[in-house]
Amino acid sequence: MAQLSVKERMKIPRQEMPTQDHIKRGGNFEEVATGYTKEMALKEAERCLQCKEPKCVEGCPVGVLIPQFIKALREGDINKSIEWMKVKNNLPAICGRVCPQEVQCEGRCVLRKKGQPVAIGRLERYIGDYELAHRTCPLVRAPNTGKKIAIVGSGPAGLTCAVDLGREGHDVTIFESLHGPGGVLVYGIPEFRLPKSVVHGEINYAAECLGIKISADHVIGRTYTLNELLSEYDAVFLGTGAGLPSFLRIPGINYNGVMSANEFLTRVNLMKAYQFPESDTPVKIGKKVAVIGAGNVAMDAVRCSLRLQRLEAQKKDGEPGSVYMVYRRSRDEVPAREEEFHHAEEEGVIFKFLTNPLEILADSNRNVRGMRCQRMQLGEPDQSGRRKPVPIEGSEFEIEVDTVVMALGTNPNPLVFVDAEGLERTKYGTTVADLETGRTTKPRVWAGGDIVTGAATVISAMGAGKRAAADIQKFLKGEAPWVS
Amino acid sequence: MYKILEKEVLSDVTKLMVIEAPHVARKARAGQFIIIRIDENGERIPLTIADYNSKAGTITIIFQEVGKSTKHLGTLKPGDEVATFVGPLGHPTEIENFGTVICVGGGVGIAPIYPIARSLKEAGNKVISIIGARNKSLLFWEDKMRAASSELIVVTDDGSYGRKALVTDPLKEILEARGKEIAKVWAIGPAIMMKFVASATTPFKVPTIVSLNTIMIDGTGMCGGCRVLLEGGAQFVCVDGPEFDAHKVDWDNLLSRLSFYKKEEQLAVERWDHQCNLEKAMGQGGK
Repeated sequence: MAQLSVKERMKIPRQEMPTQDHIKRGGNFEEVATGYTKEMALKEAERCLQCKEPKCVEGCPVGVLIPQFIKALREGDINKSIEWMKVKNNLPAICGRVCPQEVQCEGRCVLRKKGQPVAIGRLERYIGDYELAHRTCPLVRAPNTGKKIAIVGSGPAGLTCAVDLGREGHDVTIFESLHGPGGVLVYGIPEFRLPKSVVHGEINYAAECLGIKISADHVIGRTYTLNELLSEYDAVFLGTGAGLPSFLRIPGINYNGVMSANEFLTRVNLMKAYQFPESDTPVKIGKKVAVIGAGNVAMDAVRCSLRLQRLEAQKKDGEPGSVYMVYRRSRDEVPAREEEFHHAEEEGVIFKFLTNPLEILADSNRNVRGMRCQRMQLGEPDQSGRRKPVPIEGSEFEIEVDTVVMALGTNPNPLVFVDAEGLERTKYGTTVADLETGRTTKPRVWAGGDIVTGAATVISAMGAGKRAAADIQKFLKGEAPWVS
Repeated sequence: MYKILEKEVLSDVTKLMVIEAPHVARKARAGQFIIIRIDENGERIPLTIADYNSKAGTITIIFQEVGKSTKHLGTLKPGDEVATFVGPLGHPTEIENFGTVICVGGGVGIAPIYPIARSLKEAGNKVISIIGARNKSLLFWEDKMRAASSELIVVTDDGSYGRKALVTDPLKEILEARGKEIAKVWAIGPAIMMKFVASATTPFKVPTIVSLNTIMIDGTGMCGGCRVLLEGGAQFVCVDGPEFDAHKVDWDNLLSRLSFYKKEEQLAVERWDHQCNLEKAMGQGGK
């Protein structure tokens, strides 16, 4: 294509992401966003103004070379584009799907002020998917160093750290407690947002190229302890995430039909309960589901609930039922990604804002039959800067529900602290670690991702894994010895 | 993949398997459990460890064929492999010399009570064991339990072997006769049995430990599906247990949670049986 002027580039509209029809998709678990075609990708790439000082890169936790990869793409050199991508990010098909671009790269794009930012995430996904299908640009491993590294947890932090250290020629083993790698990418994020085939594709491709070993079914703290790993490995990276669910401290949480979002999503995603009985693990979904919370996990839970209800209704030729999202603050404070909120709304979730559950009610068989709630109003801003919800007196009411899913945030799993003296943690259960280097208070142990920050995003965990890998590399080369 | 090395049919519905899993065997202790998954579509099944051999790198499991997954597992043979084998999970039993203790094993619960009785005896305890089942065919490991105990009482519900009684009958008699001597009671079996053991020992104030087998997915504290109500709040069986103070467990809550997926379990079993019957018919040349 001929060189376009800035003005011409700015005239090109942002290319919409093709999606499955929202009525149809509400009844299946297939991916909602179907991905750009080549034409769309090239057209979108033409919109980039190639800023001299690109703000988008500053907004990326791993510093993807965004102008470079977009330039190569629009010049028709997709291999070069992938090469630029892999300088900083080895898992583009995943990031392109799940990063909150609107607050990161795209949030800083200069075009955003003039209208719509370049769809960086969609382009990233486009080249990521292309590479998974064609494998034109395999990762290259440096000569063997003879150094052994243990990575605990195969979610975004651990994977990123493992890949970066594998490229340096180290002998890397990932320990995963579940039966396959991916962590939250496979147990948490649903198929319709991030297909398992993409996750497994990216992981297997990288592991094959770099000779990374993946030991599934190993629970660190039980099967092996941290001290045992330290006796065999030169360095250990902890990327165990925040997998411990929280429950509301209200009466009735142990009635039948109350689940953590973790249990619900693990059944549906990791164990493929939506295929029951072809798949052995069931999940029970009611006619009236309440999901408590409004973060990304809550959005995933409501959207899974809607799909399960519709699948059930199709099987029995009945009515699908209702899914409520119960949140004690208002629409403006919803912490989920805008796109997730939008999809949930489109698919038919009923929002119950400014609603605080007080008690879960059950029938004589201990099955959930409802929730006693209280209306809230917004008061003064609290420590988080958001207006604090305060109860309205005398506003108690009941809603009829038969399934309650609690999506209230998660904390790090304490198992990894077994036989790990010297590894300090905060009162929130997170590991104390330097945010720049990932170094913990225990020599030769690094940590990053949700285990350090508490529940956050995939890409911030990847950023932490990347920074830790860089520091581990310096340490192993003797450039940055451990000073306790 | 983890290889099945040995298989023993203990009754029509009770099977023993020795699984090659050195990563689990090296650390396994009495009271801990494993999670097994047969294949890609399989569910994760928690089973308490029946025996372990760290030198050979093996774990012995015993299971009763009650659902689709255990029925499927029961069809596997030595040389076959299972997709997942994780462990050892949960806390081991606290073993020390308490004096005189009672170990109660009901039905398939005889399997996990065995390593506990053996370890307690090795630690110098006088171990009185009571094992029981609905009928003779469901009993197993009498000889092993005899070797692991100072005294063994065998009962069946229908009197087809040993004494015709429930395990709680001899338990109550011992407590009445020499309750003061008994330092501790362990009981493993169906939830309803453990509930009755708990109420039997309550008046004698004998500390009583039960091992709970609740609905569970990951076994590492992630899903919370296994939560059990105790005095003072909910705890997770997988990471806080599996052993708990029997007198603090909310048994009715536990029993109702155990039955939550009954309908789905039934559906899966029916499908499995139907498929097996079809295969049998096909194998016999039928159409």
